[in-house]
Amino acid sequence: MTDQTPVTAAPSRAVSTRPAPFPFSAIVGQEEMKQAMILTAIDPKIGGVLVFGDRGTGKSTAVRALAALLPEIEAVEGCPVNAPSEHDIPDWAEVEARQIVRKPTPVVDLPLGVTEDRVVGALDIEKALSRGEKAFEPGLLARANRGYLYIDEVNLLEDHIVDLLLDVAQSGENVVEREGLSIRHPARFVLVGSGNPEEGELRPQLLDRFGLSVEVASPTDIDERIEVIRRRDAYETDPAAFLDRWAPEDATLRASIVAGKGRIGALEVPDDTLRACAELCVALGADGLRGELTLLRAARALAAYEGVETVGIAEVRAVAPSALRHRLRRDPLDEAGSTARVLRVIDEVLGAA
Amino acid sequence: MTPWERATLALRLLAADPAGLGGLWLRARSGPVRDRFVAGLEALPLPVRKIHTGIADEQLYGGVDLSATLGAGKVVWQSGLLARPAAIVLPMAERCSPGLAARLALALEEGQGHCLVALDEGAEPDEALPHALAERLALHLDLDAVAYGETVPLSIEIPRVPPDVASVRAPDSAVRDLTAIALRLGIDSLRPPLFALRAAKAHAALDGRPEVTTDDLGRAAALVLGPRATQAPEAAGEPDDAPPPPPSEPPDAPEDSSDAQGEDDLRLPEEILLEAAAATLPRDLLERLAAGRAACTQAGTSGTGAGKKGNRRGRPLPSRPGKLDGESHVDMIATLRAAAPWQPVRRVQAKGRATGAQRLHVRPPDIRTKRYQEQSDRLLIFVVDASGSAAMTRLAEAKGAVELLLGEAYARRDHVALVAFRGEGAEVLLPPTRSLVQTKRRLAALPGGGGTPLAAGLKAALDLARTAQGRGMTPTVAVLTDGRANIALDGSANRAAAAADATQLARAIRGLGLPGLVIDVSPRPQPALKTLAAEMSAPYLALPRADAKRLSTAVAASLDA
Repeated sequence: MTDQTPVTAAPSRAVSTRPAPFPFSAIVGQEEMKQAMILTAIDPKIGGVLVFGDRGTGKSTAVRALAALLPEIEAVEGCPVNAPSEHDIPDWAEVEARQIVRKPTPVVDLPLGVTEDRVVGALDIEKALSRGEKAFEPGLLARANRGYLYIDEVNLLEDHIVDLLLDVAQSGENVVEREGLSIRHPARFVLVGSGNPEEGELRPQLLDRFGLSVEVASPTDIDERIEVIRRRDAYETDPAAFLDRWAPEDATLRASIVAGKGRIGALEVPDDTLRACAELCVALGADGLRGELTLLRAARALAAYEGVETVGIAEVRAVAPSALRHRLRRDPLDEAGSTARVLRVIDEVLGAA
Repeated sequence: MTPWERATLALRLLAADPAGLGGLWLRARSGPVRDRFVAGLEALPLPVRKIHTGIADEQLYGGVDLSATLGAGKVVWQSGLLARPAAIVLPMAERCSPGLAARLALALEEGQGHCLVALDEGAEPDEALPHALAERLALHLDLDAVAYGETVPLSIEIPRVPPDVASVRAPDSAVRDLTAIALRLGIDSLRPPLFALRAAKAHAALDGRPEVTTDDLGRAAALVLGPRATQAPEAAGEPDDAPPPPPSEPPDAPEDSSDAQGEDDLRLPEEILLEAAAATLPRDLLERLAAGRAACTQAGTSGTGAGKKGNRRGRPLPSRPGKLDGESHVDMIATLRAAAPWQPVRRVQAKGRATGAQRLHVRPPDIRTKRYQEQSDRLLIFVVDASGSAAMTRLAEAKGAVELLLGEAYARRDHVALVAFRGEGAEVLLPPTRSLVQTKRRLAALPGGGGTPLAAGLKAALDLARTAQGRGMTPTVAVLTDGRANIALDGSANRAAAAADATQLARAIRGLGLPGLVIDVSPRPQPALKTLAAEMSAPYLALPRADAKRLSTAVAASLDA
């Protein structure tokens, strides 16, 4: 699995061997974060995960681990947008090979301070100047198509990049109109953002685009902390042995994700469940209807993952905090955060657990 | 351990395991002490590469060397700094932008063997290496208080065979102790205990021991955990008001412990480790505790100044000769225009070479880059106290000052907004506008009387500021009040709650990174307002006898500063 490492933003032409990431199943605790990431893997339409929390809580570890866990996708070899079949290749792309290969789900890092050109793509200046050709150099959005786009410190991202992302995340298509180029290509990706709320807020518009939002905190339980250090130390001391030790767990998890993906289409959603979703959103005063939709999708993905027949209230209850927490109207004085409010309303609407 | 011994040890550990420890954060002003330390960096087993905070992506990651490509007529690649493991030295680290910090953090995390030495010259506590990066460097050093006389030249012997850090074993109790200590020092993150463990292993490896001992752990705790403490450890057992005892060397010398091999050696009392760590607590920990939570809400500022937002869009300026640095836009048309007159000459020149197929000859000096200018509009939010107490004394003057400032704002095309608070709540009298007439009219009609709901006023200003930021304006909050907040946010007349609410909102304003100003217009300066200003990290102006003219000069001066 060493080849399933995240792709970095930079055009690092020098191929370097990177150590395999920390196994996903070896992450201690942080159940909600893990659940949210698994759910987006089962149903990418849920629309991404936002992980907010302190430093050193395993946010980036989890994202990089997810890359190794995701099932492979089939794409045309060498296609810059990972097109699934030959006629999906955009006409501007010069793809010579026409065979379909399996490759790891792309997980693209979008670093802070990235320029607009790098994100959307731009005129290939090298070709333009040296050969006089008008060619398009695809950006990060092209590479993230059908995969994940990971933004660390998403709350510090510059506004104009955020605007770009919002637009593309909504339309699923990247349109480039600049420097005499007129190019469009599909850009459907799952946004994964992480950040520390103490350093800045996220704009409500972007907040709303994330399907699920998770708050992570350092574990306060000393034994849990010790276990984290122990595993991490074992991983750093002897990565190969550690990966071997956790490979079966990761394989089981991957199998469940693949099985969940297969089951999700056949799942029934009873009216009661729909009603519960709607009631929850009304009671919380969540803006718009995106809350209901996400709640439903997440509950369905969870049901598929767990292998139950119908999407019940239990699933809704389990995903409601992640799906609704960030959709409440904000109160700058509410230091406890919206989690408490969501939990209270869940108990009121669905009855105490 | 004296600070210099600690620095020496830190460097030895880093030399033993540069990639595992991530690097070193050195906080010291430029001077002979620092120079002496930097000279020692040559002991690191990696090539030392110095970068600056404005480094371009091309230099970090490599890419097409466009200038060389154009010159040679074929594609020339250049490799970036990060392509090979290196000890990256970053001077002026306090000016490191979040973007660069994120890239470096990523590079460190990918485990390609880099290590970073951040030389931080920040003078104020606010000016420091971005958290994201500081977090990923194991060793934190502060040499500001070290005199040159206390230092000796660093001589770090470079072992011929690099010590095998990874194979050093750490007993389970070590993991447990380090984790517990980190928690007691108020370190929430889980990276520091991990780094401490790694440092202990490096220390053991340097001494050629196969297993970590008490001594190793103590030194690692002092180097890694102590400087990160956000709270003084509560003494378990005896009440301890005395300053932390000098770093206690663990009782047993390393040789003894390896001889003894007893279980008891490693069942070291956590206290010893804690003491070792306590000796290196940050000097200003108490101050920081007093000022609120230690080292939080820096709002992403790191001395880089306000971000030059949107310097890639806005009003285009004439393009000018530029470099291909991967950052700026190339102005194609201007470049081609610059290259056009030379085509015949260059074609003749190129005849001799094998690049005959090249139709267009562009050379590096032809490159023109685009420039943009965008002025972010400033918004002045006046939060005016119209309570009874203020009305009695200063409301007229405050009004006059605001009017004068409005005149200036008009000249500079700033936007203004007006929030007044009195009675039980606050009111946005004027949403952000440039209309001077309207502002004057609203201001003149502003009645006075009632309680002082300072918190409500601040909240209204905060909401306004947020919206304005979303629209790309740069808000500044100027509070004019006579202090005594006596109405809480919920409208109840409760002095304590009112003060608490006001403080919390002041913090929220600081959290947004809004520049502010607190003007005390009461007859006698109010200490409470000074505290409030500190919470907002805004300048405080007491103007007990100021007239409108002086008030306005003061505000203008303080805002321009």
